[in-house]
Amino acid sequence: MTDLTSLEAQLTAAVTGAIDLAALDAVRVAALGKTGSISNLLKSLGAMSPDERKTAGPAINGLRDKIQGLIAERKAVLEGQALEGKLAAERLDLTLPAPPRRKGQVHPTMQAFDELICIFAELGFAVAEGPDIEDDFHNFTALNFPPKHPARDMHDTFFLQEGPDGTRKVLRTHTSPVQVRTMMSQSPPIRIVAPGRTYRKDSDQTHTPMFHQIEGLVIDRDTHMGHLKWTLETVLARYFETDAVTTRFRPHHFPFTEPSAEMDVGCDRSGGGLKIGQGSDWLEILGCGMVHPNVLRNCGLDPDEWQGFAFGFGVDRLAMLKYGVPDLRDMFAADTRWLQHYGFSAFAAPNPASGLS
Amino acid sequence: MKFTLSWLKEHLETDASVAQIVDAMTMAGLEVEHVEDPAKKLAAFTVAKIVDAVQHPNADRLRVCQVDTVDGVKEIVCGAPNARAGLVTIYAPIGAYVPGLGVTLVEKPVRGVVSNGMLCSAAELEVAEESNGIMELSEDLQVGISATKALGLEAVIDFEVTPNRPDWLGVAGIARDLAAAGVGRLKDMTVAPVKGEFSCPITIRIKAGDACPMFAGRLVRGVKNGPSPDWLQAQLKAVGLRPINALVDVTNLISYDRCRPLHVYDRALLSGDVIEARLGHHGEHNAPEHLIALDGKTYAIGPQMCVIADADGERPIGLGGVMGGESTGCSDATTEVFLESAWFDPILTAQTARATGISSDAAYRFARGVDPGFVEDGLELATRLILDLCGGEASDVTVAGTAPPSPAPIAFDPAYVHRLSGMSIERDRVLDILHKLGFLIEGHGPTVTVVPPTWRRDVDGKADLVEEVARIAGFAALPSTPLPEAPRPVGGVLTPRQARARIARRALAAAGYAEAVTWSFTAKKIATLFGGGPEAVVLANPIASDLDCMRPSILPNLIQAAGRNARRGFPDVALFEIGPVFAGDAPGDQRTAVAAILAPHRPRRWDHADTGQDVHAIKGELLALLEELGAPAASLQIAQGQAGAWWHPGQSARLQLGPKAVMAEFGAIHPAVLQALDVEGPVYGFELWLEAIPEPKRKATKTRPLLKASPLMPLWRDFAFLAPETLAAGDLVRAVQGADKALIASARVFDLYQGQGVPEGFKSLAIEAQIQPVEQTLADKDIEALSAKIVAAAEKLGAKLRS
Repeated sequence: MTDLTSLEAQLTAAVTGAIDLAALDAVRVAALGKTGSISNLLKSLGAMSPDERKTAGPAINGLRDKIQGLIAERKAVLEGQALEGKLAAERLDLTLPAPPRRKGQVHPTMQAFDELICIFAELGFAVAEGPDIEDDFHNFTALNFPPKHPARDMHDTFFLQEGPDGTRKVLRTHTSPVQVRTMMSQSPPIRIVAPGRTYRKDSDQTHTPMFHQIEGLVIDRDTHMGHLKWTLETVLARYFETDAVTTRFRPHHFPFTEPSAEMDVGCDRSGGGLKIGQGSDWLEILGCGMVHPNVLRNCGLDPDEWQGFAFGFGVDRLAMLKYGVPDLRDMFAADTRWLQHYGFSAFAAPNPASGLS
Repeated sequence: MKFTLSWLKEHLETDASVAQIVDAMTMAGLEVEHVEDPAKKLAAFTVAKIVDAVQHPNADRLRVCQVDTVDGVKEIVCGAPNARAGLVTIYAPIGAYVPGLGVTLVEKPVRGVVSNGMLCSAAELEVAEESNGIMELSEDLQVGISATKALGLEAVIDFEVTPNRPDWLGVAGIARDLAAAGVGRLKDMTVAPVKGEFSCPITIRIKAGDACPMFAGRLVRGVKNGPSPDWLQAQLKAVGLRPINALVDVTNLISYDRCRPLHVYDRALLSGDVIEARLGHHGEHNAPEHLIALDGKTYAIGPQMCVIADADGERPIGLGGVMGGESTGCSDATTEVFLESAWFDPILTAQTARATGISSDAAYRFARGVDPGFVEDGLELATRLILDLCGGEASDVTVAGTAPPSPAPIAFDPAYVHRLSGMSIERDRVLDILHKLGFLIEGHGPTVTVVPPTWRRDVDGKADLVEEVARIAGFAALPSTPLPEAPRPVGGVLTPRQARARIARRALAAAGYAEAVTWSFTAKKIATLFGGGPEAVVLANPIASDLDCMRPSILPNLIQAAGRNARRGFPDVALFEIGPVFAGDAPGDQRTAVAAILAPHRPRRWDHADTGQDVHAIKGELLALLEELGAPAASLQIAQGQAGAWWHPGQSARLQLGPKAVMAEFGAIHPAVLQALDVEGPVYGFELWLEAIPEPKRKATKTRPLLKASPLMPLWRDFAFLAPETLAAGDLVRAVQGADKALIASARVFDLYQGQGVPEGFKSLAIEAQIQPVEQTLADKDIEALSAKIVAAAEKLGAKLRS
């Protein structure tokens, strides 16, 4: 028995003293390998008498189990140490920059369009479109512009080359021709908005030869100017995302509406900037009115049966007002720094749940 | 146009303040641009009297004055030659802002003597253009009263008139609307005729057709012309007009007061006894006629201009309704004056003004259409004033032609106001508003007949009447009525193309591209480089010569933007735009393009890894985008070398469903094109056309087909082929994939090699095939058979398995 005791002490010391997995394995082979010290003792059991075996058997097997356990324990420790060492060697400097990636943006005018269409969709407006190159009929005549109206002048409107029939196409000066196209191709009731590019021969700090408008048209049997007022009040309040938006209607004149009005929005101009929804100044923001009976007639609708309203406003300007963009001309310059600063995240798609922007 | 409160009060009895008037004008539809209020500008300035003035000790031209001011006696240094004891003038204290000088007064010594304020000239107060010395005022004025009161200055209201309302171009017309809006009571404006003392010796002849349907005139003889009286000069000056002489000032006064432009001719300078209104004609040798107008300039007269001529119609002496001629203008020497009150066609007048570049007050009014019912009244009013100011006696009135027809009567049910505007206004109030605006109401039934006044030629239907009533009642009374709920389309309000544009926008922004919005125009020569520029889309009147053509592609604009950014020091550019491109001028020639460009200048990387910013990157973006847009990606062909001439011929391709269904082009931009655009390359890009992507089939429900995920493990096999250099990898991949469509789920190139070990003219292409067993696990022999099929398929294209 003393042999076993000393063997146990010897092997225990060897296991605990093994400094790495290789040394530990050597100890395992020396004890538990084919000719290991414990293996040899186990083999000797066969030559023993049954009585001897009764006492020696459990003792030797016990020693084996104990040493096996110790080795497993030590192995786990050593493996842990080895992994730690390996990981320590794998340390990276994570302050190094990640691979660069570009951040893209949505243009503020297009964001404003998306916001407005989101609002109008909630109110049941569909989205209509028409061509940028228009004919005189859709851009002027059908909209009740008198034959020699100044807007038909080369000073104000872009014309294309004269065609074989002597007529000139124009770059649409407003999105209103889409009203005409819609009324001529659909039967009332009609409820549409028409976003798009528009063109006027104008270039200074607050005018660009191309800009964006959104047109609205509602035609039904009983649609009146009160509906127009509510619609615009509602849309502007939702667009500016504040309850404090104040608006007023002022009489105005457009060839294609009667009565016609301009809508002002309350603002504060003190201190150089411009704040919507505060202060006591007014800013003209859009033109609107009841569709002129002549326009209805020109589009094949009987003004005694159908009536409705139309409105149109500059979307670039609306985006500038909401987001504090100082200069209209920058909107079309494609300066990457400007786009980064004033642009919107791809994931800022307007929706009624999370808000517009 | 401008007017003053006192002028308005000549027609309107009112106690309203300037602010109230401005507010009422705005709400009646008159856009007030600006109110120049001298009471504000000159608040600090008061009347003062010089008590003593002595020579400045150190300066010959300066005087040191003791001045009795509102602030007590002040010592003030003054350089004006007229500064003398006893003079009543205007005093500005230290701290006052002097508008004519643009400076704020500070206390500082002038040549050693401290000046405690300033004595002002008319120019310094901006009440005159120029002045000589300080103001000299009546000695009766009390020291300390305000300068505005002493000088009789008042607020000037400057406003904009919409083209439909020429009657607002006369102060009387504004008074009428304000009275209707409840701001005051309109005074009687009837004009008393002046009896003629003799028959008019001048005959008026109209040969101008519609250009001048009516022409009235009369002679006033024995007049004494000269500067008009102070009140008239002051009234004209207040609204920015320059007094000339009494006869001319009378016409200007009536033009501004009643929107009734008139003209005066010096009878002595007229040739013959006939005044003729006719169209311009060619003189001898077919040369156009000319007129030296009152502004001293010579104008060529076109055949569509209305000419006033004397000498039996031979000599042009004026452009009707636009400007008179220099040869017959009135001067101080005039003793007999022929007075013209005519009606000129608005459109022709506007055209003449535009063609000649003359912008006169008369043309402005005639172009908008003056009151045809006031032609003779205007003449009578002018006669009265001329007789009052210049004396003399008037002839009978002679009239040629007739006024254009009055506006037609309108059948009107006052309840229509409610139907169209939503406003609830009592019938009596509706009719009262119309009456106050000068409309005649006839009949008593539910529907009445409304006759618009002659000055309201813009009113031609019942909607116009609603506007009149609504704006005078005030738009503030418009109800805010919610739109009734409308059934909404179940699939959203966007068309598939609109929805795709929206997806493209968000997808490209998420991929790192910044959205630009650039002009729809470009230069014709650039358009030509990008396959465009047909005459049909060239602008006749471009804003600039390099923006003279509708763009055939968005790419040139984006490439130029990249160049601009690079020149500013920001060369790394990834831009996109979604917008129209134009192949012609018909609606069907316009398509919606999505274009993106990549001008890569990525930051260097510390790990030396490739930035992967090349033509393959742009292809990847394009394919990913097409997939997002629901394009049939599996059926797309890549047709290399068939893209437009603006692409690099070896590094560009079309994506198409077939040769006639081209969906997009991509590649590297041709270096020569970049050079023409003055942009440094490389620039990669794509352009796709939303209209070219087939619209998805409409399905009854949104449910998707069941997922068929095989329970069997897929396996991968690699094949290295030796292929001719010219063989497109895509063709080889398609051949491999097609070797067994049931089993081969995908095939992908994972290595491309040319060089040592590969013969000249060949390349090594390694392809990984994913094999998806369908019914049961594949046995070795099945896999071998499949491999043989793949190899055979490749061999048909000239690719051999590398041994």
